[in-house]
This record gives sequence, C-alpha cells and structure tokens, in this order.
Amino acid sequence: MTTLLEVSGVSKTFDGFKAINNLSFQIGERELRAVIGPNGAGKTTFMDIVTGKTRPDEGRIVYGDKGASLLKMSESRIAQAGIGRKFQRPTVFEDQTVFDNLMMALKNKRGPIAALLYRLDQRDREKVAALAESIGLRASLPRPAGELSHGQKQWLEIGMLLAQEPKLLLVDEPAAGMTPAEREHTTDLLKEAAKTRAVVVVEHDMEFVRRLDCKVTVLHEGSVLAEGSLDHVTKNQDVIDVYLGR
Amino acid sequence: MTDIPLSNKRPRFFLAANPSVLVFLALLGLFTLGVTLLSEGAGTGALSTSFVKTLGKTLCLCLVAIAMDLVWGYCGILSLGHFAFFGIGGYAIGMWLMYARTELIVMESLTSATLPPTSQEVSDAIASQIFGVVGASELPSIWVFAHSLPLQLLAVIIVPGLLALVFGWLAFRSRVTGVYLSILTQAMTLALSLYLFQNDSGLRGNNGLSGLQNLPGLDDMPQSIISVWFFWASALALALGYLLANWVISGKFGNVIRGIRDDEARVRFLGYSVEGYKLFIFTLTAVIAGIAGALYYPQAGIINPAEIAPIASIYLAVWVAIGGRGRLYGAVIGAAFVSLVSSWFTGGQAPDVNLGFYTIKWVDWWTVLLGLSFVLVTLFAPKGIGGLFDLLFHRHLIDRHGADLGPDQGSKREEETGQ
Repeated sequence: MTTLLEVSGVSKTFDGFKAINNLSFQIGERELRAVIGPNGAGKTTFMDIVTGKTRPDEGRIVYGDKGASLLKMSESRIAQAGIGRKFQRPTVFEDQTVFDNLMMALKNKRGPIAALLYRLDQRDREKVAALAESIGLRASLPRPAGELSHGQKQWLEIGMLLAQEPKLLLVDEPAAGMTPAEREHTTDLLKEAAKTRAVVVVEHDMEFVRRLDCKVTVLHEGSVLAEGSLDHVTKNQDVIDVYLGR
Repeated sequence: MTDIPLSNKRPRFFLAANPSVLVFLALLGLFTLGVTLLSEGAGTGALSTSFVKTLGKTLCLCLVAIAMDLVWGYCGILSLGHFAFFGIGGYAIGMWLMYARTELIVMESLTSATLPPTSQEVSDAIASQIFGVVGASELPSIWVFAHSLPLQLLAVIIVPGLLALVFGWLAFRSRVTGVYLSILTQAMTLALSLYLFQNDSGLRGNNGLSGLQNLPGLDDMPQSIISVWFFWASALALALGYLLANWVISGKFGNVIRGIRDDEARVRFLGYSVEGYKLFIFTLTAVIAGIAGALYYPQAGIINPAEIAPIASIYLAVWVAIGGRGRLYGAVIGAAFVSLVSSWFTGGQAPDVNLGFYTIKWVDWWTVLLGLSFVLVTLFAPKGIGGLFDLLFHRHLIDRHGADLGPDQGSKREEETGQ
C-alpha cells in the first residue's frame, strides 16, 4: 500500500505546553484509521497542523504521490489538494439551504471569477442529489441547514466533505451527540468512504471505534503511544495506564 | 435562496428567476417617470429643481448603500471607508467639470487678444483661475488628464478600484478581520480626507471643487433640465447597480461570500481562497461607490474633503443597518429613508418642539435621534425596515436558540434570519 500522508518528527508548543511532541504518523491511500487518546493528547492539534490551520515548530509533512510538503501551503490550497476536514462541532452554513451547502462543497474550480460565472448544470445537480441520498437528506435539500437536527448537520458536513472528493478525510468526533441509530449510519458512511480514500477518524468513544473495525493509533502527550488493532492496543500496558491509571 | 432545486428547474432567464428584482426595477421606473412628469424641467413643475436634485442625490446614496450591503451585509466585512471611494469618484469627475468649464471661460477672454494664445498661456490662465484660491498658479501633476472627459471617467473607476485593491490586499492578506479591519478602513478615509485638506494636495484644499453643477458648454441649458438628466442617469446607475449586485449574490459566488460572512474558516477548509473573494468584493464595491460619487457631486455642485470624513462612512453603515443588511432592497430603503428624513430635519423644515423649559431644535438634535434609532434597531429589530417585508410574506426565523449563524463577527444574528 502506498503512503498518502507522512508526518515525521512534528512538534508544536503553545506557551510552553507541548501539544505535539515529535509525532510521526503514516496513512495509506485507501485506509480507515481511528485516532484515540485522552483529553489533551494532541488529536485536534494534529488535524490543525495537517490542514494548515496551525504551523508546526519543526518536522515534515509530505503528501501525495509527488511528495509535496504541506507546510508551505495555505489552508485553501491544502483543501484543494484533496484534504477535507470535519470539525468537532458541526459547522455547516446555517443561513443557506442544504442544496447550497453541498453545491458549494462540490468539487469545481474555486476561484472568484469561476464562482461568479458558474452555472448549475444537470451533472452537478445529479451529483448533489446522489450525495443527499447517501446522507439521508434528499428530502431536506431546499431547507435551510440551520433547521436540521444536530445529527443531520453532522451528516450534511460529511456529505460536504465527500462532495469535495478528497483523497484524505480528517473527521473529528463524528458521533458526538448522536443517537445510536445515527451512529450506525455514520459508521457505514465512513466505512464506505474509506473504500476509495484515506479516512482518519478522531474519536473518544471506544464503542464507536470498535464498530469502525480498523487500525487504531493511540496518541498521548503529543506523540504516538501505540498502534495496531483495537484489541491489540487495549491490551497494551502503556495504553491501560494512560486511560485508567494515574 | 428559497428556490427548490432539482424538482423544479431554475428559470432560464435571470429576471424570471428573481421576481423581486423585477418589482424593484418597476418601482424605480415608475418613480423616475413620476419625478420627471412633476419636475420643473420636463413637466408640471410641482417639484422644485432643488428637490429633484435631492432625489437624484438620494438615488446615488442608494447605490453606494448597495455597495455597502454587498461588502458588509453579504460578505461580513464592516468597511467604514467606502465613502472615501465615493468621494474619490466625485473628485475625479469634478476635476474635468472644473477644468473644462474654466478652459471655456479662459478661451473666451483670450480671443480678444491680438495674438492667438499659446497652449502654455491657456494652461497658465486655467491654473491661476482654479488655484488662485489656494495661492498657486501651476496645474498640479494629478490634473494632467483633467482636459479629457474619457480619461477622468476612467479615473472614476480605476482610482477607487486601485486604492481598494492595494488596501484590501494588504489588509486581507494579513488576515485582519472584524473590528480591526473597521478601524483600518476608518484610518484610510481619515488619512485621505486630512491629505485633501492640505492646500498642496493639488485639489484646492478645504475649498474643494465647486461649480460642478454647471456642465461645460451648456451654459444656456437651465438647471431645471440638467437636474432631470442627472436624475435619469442616477436612476439608470441604480438600476444597473442593483442588477449587478443581485447577479453577484444569486449564484455560487453569493453562497461563498455569505459563507465567509458566517464562518470564514469553514470556507477556507472547503478550498476557497477567502482572501481572493474578499479582495474581489471589496474592490468591486469600491468601484460602484466611485461611480455613485461621480453622479452625486455634479448634483451637489461642490465637493470638499469634509465629505469623506470618517463619519460619512459610518452613516453609510447606519443606513444599511436601519434598512436591514443582507438584503439589497433593505439597503436601498435604508439609504433613501434615512437620508431624506435627515435632510428634512437638518434643512430646518422640521418644527421645533417646545418643552417649556427647553426647545428641541432638530438641526442640533437630529444626530441624537439618528444615533438612538440606530441603537434601538440594532437591539430590538435587527432586520431593520426590511424585516417588515418578512412579516408581509410570512417568513419565519431559523430557531438557533439564541446563537448567531456563525462564529465570525460579521455573521448574521439569529434575529436576522428569514426563510
């Protein structure tokens, strides 16, 4: 399996607090990966660094076949290169319809002039319809996103991510605040997505991670503590200490 | 956007897809026709020439309010400097008006001379005519194109556009947002007005440019006719500006800038270059403001640096807020209503209120009243006057349990929504 993203030796300090400490991480082109860890382990900072929101103090991040460095790219360039991100709190454009939200995310030219001259065609219309179908929001297309329930907003955001056709999907706590039925649907969506791209899921909830049934990376104090199947890492003494001890 | 996609196709023609634009254009057309028929120059004379000018100027203010609504109401950039661009447009056209008219006067007086005047003599005579008032007798270098109407018209577009482009590039690239950006834009307009106050700025210092109501070569044409022409031109500009603004906000571009208003970071992670979009909309609206100014000041007759004082740009934001931001007709209604009421109060027409112990003179107290209504609108009716239309069409709020529509400072408040 070829490597899509390679993070090596990355560190980031905030006011003396080492959020990320010499972190190294790899993910292949079609892989589902869960990242777990206690509070303050650096999970969200890790995502911030990969998506360009935060600049690391040191280290390398290489992405794609050409081995491009992400450190010199702006957030929008990184997103255009195929890295999509879902935030912890669902962030959709509440003032706009579900359709407009998906339309905006749909992979197309991103420049101001291109957006100005953009005309909705049948192909894009069908793409949006298919996406809405897969996230269960087909009937809600004309509704403003602000009216959706919490779980529906989470799905809409996942739908927007898929619409970007990213090569790498970073998903931050997708199941937070969802009902058990909604969680199940979310697991299916993520597993399906991982068949054609790399998906990294940050999650607190062990039950959810178990259902994802994938390789797990445990972060602790800004670096990787253990890696492997969920059963493997939960037997690891270090992991048990971090989660239960102290 | 309230259209229902997929099930019914969007109508092919832009106007058919946007019936509110048709309504606006029809009302504007009727208004123009009515004013024309009642004017002194082309109709019964029920409206005085000065009132026709006031109405024409009001249309220009509506146009600059549309620009403000685009940049603030739709893109969330609270620019408090757009009147600087408005003023620059006025100065650009004023330079030609003053130069061309002075040239005619000078040529007339020099024809009596025995020798035909050289071009240097003509230029010097024009310069001493225009700049005698600030004690200079040479044409400053920024007047080099003042002889040419096409070039000065080009300056109406290019100078505000270029200033906005450079200023915006510097500000947006450094990710200056929210109140800091507002302060920067205030600093820009203050700096410009202070610079223009200087006599050696080349634009006659605090005297400004005057006599702009007289069109060169049309001395025989009465102001009553000219005022109607400018009224038509202003109405046409407003109509085109409204169409352009509506086109800009109705497509995907509009979705993106609304997204920037509510949650800039999210737009960035969708792969859109937020800075590029902000720069585009900032520059576009500066150009619209410049055009509005170029139509306004020939009707006002005079422009001086006080016109681009920081307070003018703040008024602009107040108009848009009172009219209801994030809806183009709201900006138009706000600008027209507040500026007309303002000229009624400050023109001495409003009767004084005698409280026995104190007499309220509206000329002094109008700004207090305006400030108070701004505060009240912001607190209790964030949708502004435009919100009345929501009542009319039974649009309801999105229930966000008191939260704004996004984390950004410019984002719409819950009370401003309507679907």
